Formats: sequence, C-alpha cells, structure tokens
Amino acid sequence: MFRNIPAAMAAFFLSFPAGAEEMDDAEVSELRERVRQLEERLDAQEAQDSQVAATTSSEKTDGSAQPVGNAFNPAISLIIDAKYRHLELDPDTYQIGGFVPAGGHGGEDEHGHGAGPGERGFSLDETELTISGNVDPYWSGYFTAGLSDGEIEIEEAWIQNSGYFPGVIAKAGRFFSGVGYINEQHPHAWDFADAPLVQQAFYGGNLGDDGIQLRYVAPTPLFLEFGVEAGRGESFPGSERNQNGANAGAAFVHLGGDVGFSNSYRIGASYRETTATEREYDDEDSTGAEIENVFSDLKSKTWGIDFVWKWAPNGDPSARNFKFQAEYYQRTEDGQLGYDLDDTTGNFAQEGTYSSDQSGWYAQAVYQFMPRWRVGVRYDLLDSGTIDYGPVMDGSISRDDLQLLRAHDPERTTVMIDFSSSEFARFRLQYAQDKSRFDETDDQIIFQYIVSLGAHGAHRF
Amino acid sequence: MRMLVVCCFLLLSAALPQTALAKISAFACEPEWASLLSELGGKEVSVYQATSPKQDPHRVEARPSLVARMRSADIVVCSGSDLEIGWLPVLLQSAGNSKVQPGQPGHFMASEFVERIDVPEKVDRSMGDVHPYGNPHVHLDPRNLAVIADALSQRLATIDPDRAAVYADRNAAFQTRWSESIKRWEREASGLKGLKIVTYHRDSAYLGNWLGMTLTITIEPKPGIPPSANHLAKLLKELDAEPADLIIRMAYNEPKAPAWLHDRTGIPLAELPYTVGGTKQAKDLFTLFDDTISRLRQATGR
Ligand SMILES: [Zn+2]
Repeated sequence: MFRNIPAAMAAFFLSFPAGAEEMDDAEVSELRERVRQLEERLDAQEAQDSQVAATTSSEKTDGSAQPVGNAFNPAISLIIDAKYRHLELDPDTYQIGGFVPAGGHGGEDEHGHGAGPGERGFSLDETELTISGNVDPYWSGYFTAGLSDGEIEIEEAWIQNSGYFPGVIAKAGRFFSGVGYINEQHPHAWDFADAPLVQQAFYGGNLGDDGIQLRYVAPTPLFLEFGVEAGRGESFPGSERNQNGANAGAAFVHLGGDVGFSNSYRIGASYRETTATEREYDDEDSTGAEIENVFSDLKSKTWGIDFVWKWAPNGDPSARNFKFQAEYYQRTEDGQLGYDLDDTTGNFAQEGTYSSDQSGWYAQAVYQFMPRWRVGVRYDLLDSGTIDYGPVMDGSISRDDLQLLRAHDPERTTVMIDFSSSEFARFRLQYAQDKSRFDETDDQIIFQYIVSLGAHGAHRF
Repeated sequence: MRMLVVCCFLLLSAALPQTALAKISAFACEPEWASLLSELGGKEVSVYQATSPKQDPHRVEARPSLVARMRSADIVVCSGSDLEIGWLPVLLQSAGNSKVQPGQPGHFMASEFVERIDVPEKVDRSMGDVHPYGNPHVHLDPRNLAVIADALSQRLATIDPDRAAVYADRNAAFQTRWSESIKRWEREASGLKGLKIVTYHRDSAYLGNWLGMTLTITIEPKPGIPPSANHLAKLLKELDAEPADLIIRMAYNEPKAPAWLHDRTGIPLAELPYTVGGTKQAKDLFTLFDDTISRLRQATGR
C-alpha cells in the first residue's frame, strides 16, 4: 500500500499543467521517465506479491499500479454551450399561455434553468463546469456549476453510494430529480436546443432539489428500479418556506430491457408532491393593468409517464441509430390564491380557493442517418385544462381578469439537424414554430454549438 | 409518511437474503472475456456477455438491460484502460453493486495486467479520442491472454475460494493448450513477419506486435473520427508513395473505407474477426486465432 506513494505523488504533481509549464521539456520527460521506472518496479514487485500470497478481499489485487493521471485527481470537464437565435417575436413577451410561469413571470427567465426561448442574437448561455470523483471507498461525489455573466449557479452537488446495501443507490445533496426521462439530463445532452414545453411549464426546465434520493435496482434480468426522494421543495412548483422536515416528495419506477440485439427501451412512471407556501406571479387583469397574484398553501401534485426506445443495428450506434422518446405529465394544484396584491397595504383585492388540473406531453424522434449527422423532429402540446377560482365562480371578478390563465393549448413543432465533428463537439441548427403565446406564432431559428473539454463523460441511457 | 417509505426501503433491501447461488455470475464487457471466463470457470461460472462481436466496444449504450445484469454480477471483466469509458462508469454507478466497484476483487480490468503499447507521451483532444492509458485492445496478442488468464483464474479463486482448486486446474489445462497453440500459430504465421499493414483503428496493434507486422497507416485520421473523402484521397497518395502489403478490417469496423482503399490500390484486404464471434469460424479463443491467422495468410498468399 505505502509503496505506491512515491509514484502516486510524482504522478499527482506531474498532472498539474501549471507546474509542467515552468519546467522545460527535458525535465518533464526526465520526470516522466522516472515515474515510468518507478511504476515498472512496482509492477514487478506487485506481480511477485500476488504470486506469493493469496490476497485478501480488501487488498487491491490488480496486477499493476494505476496509470499516471487520474488515480487521485477528480475528473474535470467544462461544457461550452453557445447559441445564435433569430426569434420572430420579442422574447420579453414570451409566455406559455394558460399556465402559471415557472419563474413567476414570462419572458426571459434567469431562474428557470432552460425555460423560455432565450435571448435574441449571439449569446453564450451557460458554461457548465463539472467535477466528479470518488470521495472514499463508499462515496462518490459530483458537482456541476452553471456559469453565466455575474452568476454562478450550483446545479448539482451530491454524494452517492452505490451498493452498500445490495441494489441500493443512495444520493444526498442537490441533484436533478429522477422523475421523468429528460429531467436528469443536463441541457447539453438534450437532442434539441431547448427543453420540451411541458418540462418548461411544469418544472421551469430541469427540476432540481436539495434532499436525498434512494433507488433500488431489483435483482432481475429485466431492469426494474424504484426510487424515492425527499427534498427541500424550493424550486417551482414549490416555494421557499421556513420549516423543518421535507417539503417535497417524489417516487418513480423504471422498467427497461432489450428487444433482440438492436432495440432497447425504458418505461417510467413518476409522482411528485410539493407545497408552495407563498408563490407569486405576474398577470394582467381584463383592462390590461399589471397585477401581482400570490398562491398560498398550494398543494401541487404531478404525475407522469415516460418512454424511451432506442434502435441501433446489432446494438452498434456508431453508424446509424434511432431514438424515440415521449413524456406525459399531469398536475393538479389546490390551495389559496390572493388576487391583485396592493403593495402598500399588503391586502388582496380578492381571495379565494384555487384549484387546477392541467396536462401536457411531447414526443420526439432523432435519427442518425450517417456517422456524425442526425436529424430530429419534436412535437409539444399542452392542455391548460380546468382552473377553478372562487372569486371567478361567485362572479366577483371575471375569468378575463386572469389573463394568463385563460384557456389555451400551447403547441410547438420543432425540427433540427446536427453534426458532431467528434464525440466532444456538436453543431446544431433548429427551427421551431412556437404557439406558446395566446394569439401569436413565433418562428424560432437557433444555431447552437456544444463542446466539451476535459474528462470523457459517460452517457446515460 | 415519507419517512416510513424510506425506512421500509432500507429494511427491505437489508433483509433481502444474500443468496448463496451455486454459480458465481460474471459480467463480461466484450466477447473475448466471456470466452476466457468460460475457459477458466467452466460450469462454475455463469457468464453474461454485454456486447456482441459486431459492436464497437468504444461506443456502447449504457442500456437498462446492462444495468440489470451488472446488478447481480459477482465479477465484471472488461478490457479497461478507458476502452469502456463511455459506458462502464454509468453502469457501475447505476447498478448498486458494491462487489464490482473499482478496487474490489469483482472489478477486473484485463489490460492492467499486461504491458500496454501506444501509451501517449501527452494526451490532447486534438489527437482525437485517444486512449490515454495506452492501447486497450490487448487480447489480440495471445501471450497477453496467457498472463491475463493467470490473473483472472486467481481472481476467481479470491471471489469463490471454495472452488479455488477447480479454477487452478482449469487454468493449468488452459495454459498447456494455449502455449502449444501459440507455438503452432507462430509457426503458421512466420511468413507474415515484416508485412506493412493498414488498419482502420489501432485495434490490431498487439496482433502486429506479436507477429512482427508493422502498422504503417490507420484509415481513421484520428481515433474515433471517421475518414473523410479528402483524407482517403490523401491515404491513396501515401500508399502510392510507400505501398503497404495488407489492409486489415476488423468485424466491427466500418466496412466502406477499407473496401474502397482495397479497390483503388489493389492491396489485399483481410477481414478479421477481432473477437470471438466476429466470424463464423471464430467460435472460441482458440479458433479466434486459428481463423485470424488463416485469413491473414489467405489474403497475402504467404
Ligand atoms: Zn481503441
């Protein structure tokens, strides 16, 4: 065990590029050579050891030392995601008609990660820095921060144990929830430049939470996984609250397998519950005056189903492959809504019970028709469903006094083509006809490039 | 309520019996390791082969079915050296199986037991998707397989000490047959020495090393990057200036570019199995090398 230390330390210091810059090439290669010699000696020594003694299960039984490099260092990767957008309509007027906006207001939303159409023209949306590695033999750690001008947002920071109890994966910290399919993927892994409408309307982009998650993978040949989460529940549709305990809970189940060599699938169902203690949003009344409404004690329950199917000839996706995915969500919300907050008195013009039942889905297909080239199509449809509000039902105000909550079925059709110069760089052109707003149709053209530097990321199914 | 669910969860998973199955179950990333496990484990080891011989082992989806199989594995046997970097870590993270995590006896990376070639002086992505720890395609040198078989046999004994004697016996029998076969293959392939070969990826580097063939040109411009028409035209010129003796295409490689070069240059093309199952003839590790050598000899007439 201790014999590894000199080589490991040399490797550790050699791996710092800053240190290497100060040395000239000869010194570097000399050091490298020395490390190699050390390693060779270790190899020989360890090979001898393993021949002599039967190794105990706790001892590392590998025949050779870890190669120079990552043994001690966490994997670091940086993702640059930049876009050029041509948006027919002003993104400041953006709204998903019939739905309470995730960040409290429509238009460009800095808090809803991946919500809204984004900015016009050139923009560097977000640079994502990920650091991950093993903490000790029991825990691995993962950290992702989204960097944008003047802001660093910790998107995920968690520790995980895989298998201390057979089949159980325990995660704690801040993480993207396991509900649905696309929710756990970071935007750079999406097949389109933006999130599905239902994801934006129901979760404001990726749903992340501070809390714990337990998954259990059943010991069956078919993939069967159960998961539960308990969390702070601060992100939309929840809200901040000053209380002990958990404010959000979720449960999900996944079933997956193969059909022949070429097809594989995963089916999932999820349920999530949270409470918004106080959640405000901006609206307009029937005269067009701006008002602020506030939900309180709002119980929000979302359930969903998701489906992914992938095809690759003989299971080899390198030349051609096809992917179909679809998700459906339904949400009911029950609680109180205060209408038209008077900022000076703190009173509402109206108050009453609020309940809603809304749904939405999307389906998309992406086909890689030759190496590096893919085309895709996606269809989004939301149903604003039913919204019952006391003061509207008793005639105190009219339905048009909640302009944003008028009945509407937002719809969007998107096509894209992308080219990957390697596994680490992708260039995408996307066109969408977006009918999220009540009366207007937005034509959106997005050119996007995503590149990754540093550690080779592994891709989830 | 939620706490209750969490507690039930923990209890349930702790209470599930660690069933002492008759066999140990092995997860082999590639067909060659599945074959080696069968040679060394016989009936005592039930082997799940994660990829088919037609699949590019660099690019495999971390499919749910693979997670499910890894969940119940006692040992995971892969090439290692980052060959499976795009999918194995996801499986390890998602399967909830502590026995097969790095550092555990159930985590066996074959390439770590042999001397790797092609270890880059420095790693930079401008060089493509290079293997930073050296070439992981170690199984095509049968001398490597002998070393790996020894290590794997010991590892099986560590995991399943009750049958240590069985594994030792099977390994001894395998080693005897194997070293005899190596001698025969080397005799049969003696005419191939000194051949200049063109390959798609450097996945035949160990084979070349063993048989004394020199890899002069790779068809892919950089590891993991398919050749463009321009690049192929450039290769054509290079081959005019300095001809090669043989083009090698492995069963999982893209077929068009090697066939195109073969048509244009007239340099013989050998389509090799690469791994067990890559051709009809390559049924196990022995026939893998039988077939590889007979195809090399057939293509070159030596
Ligand atoms: Zn390779």
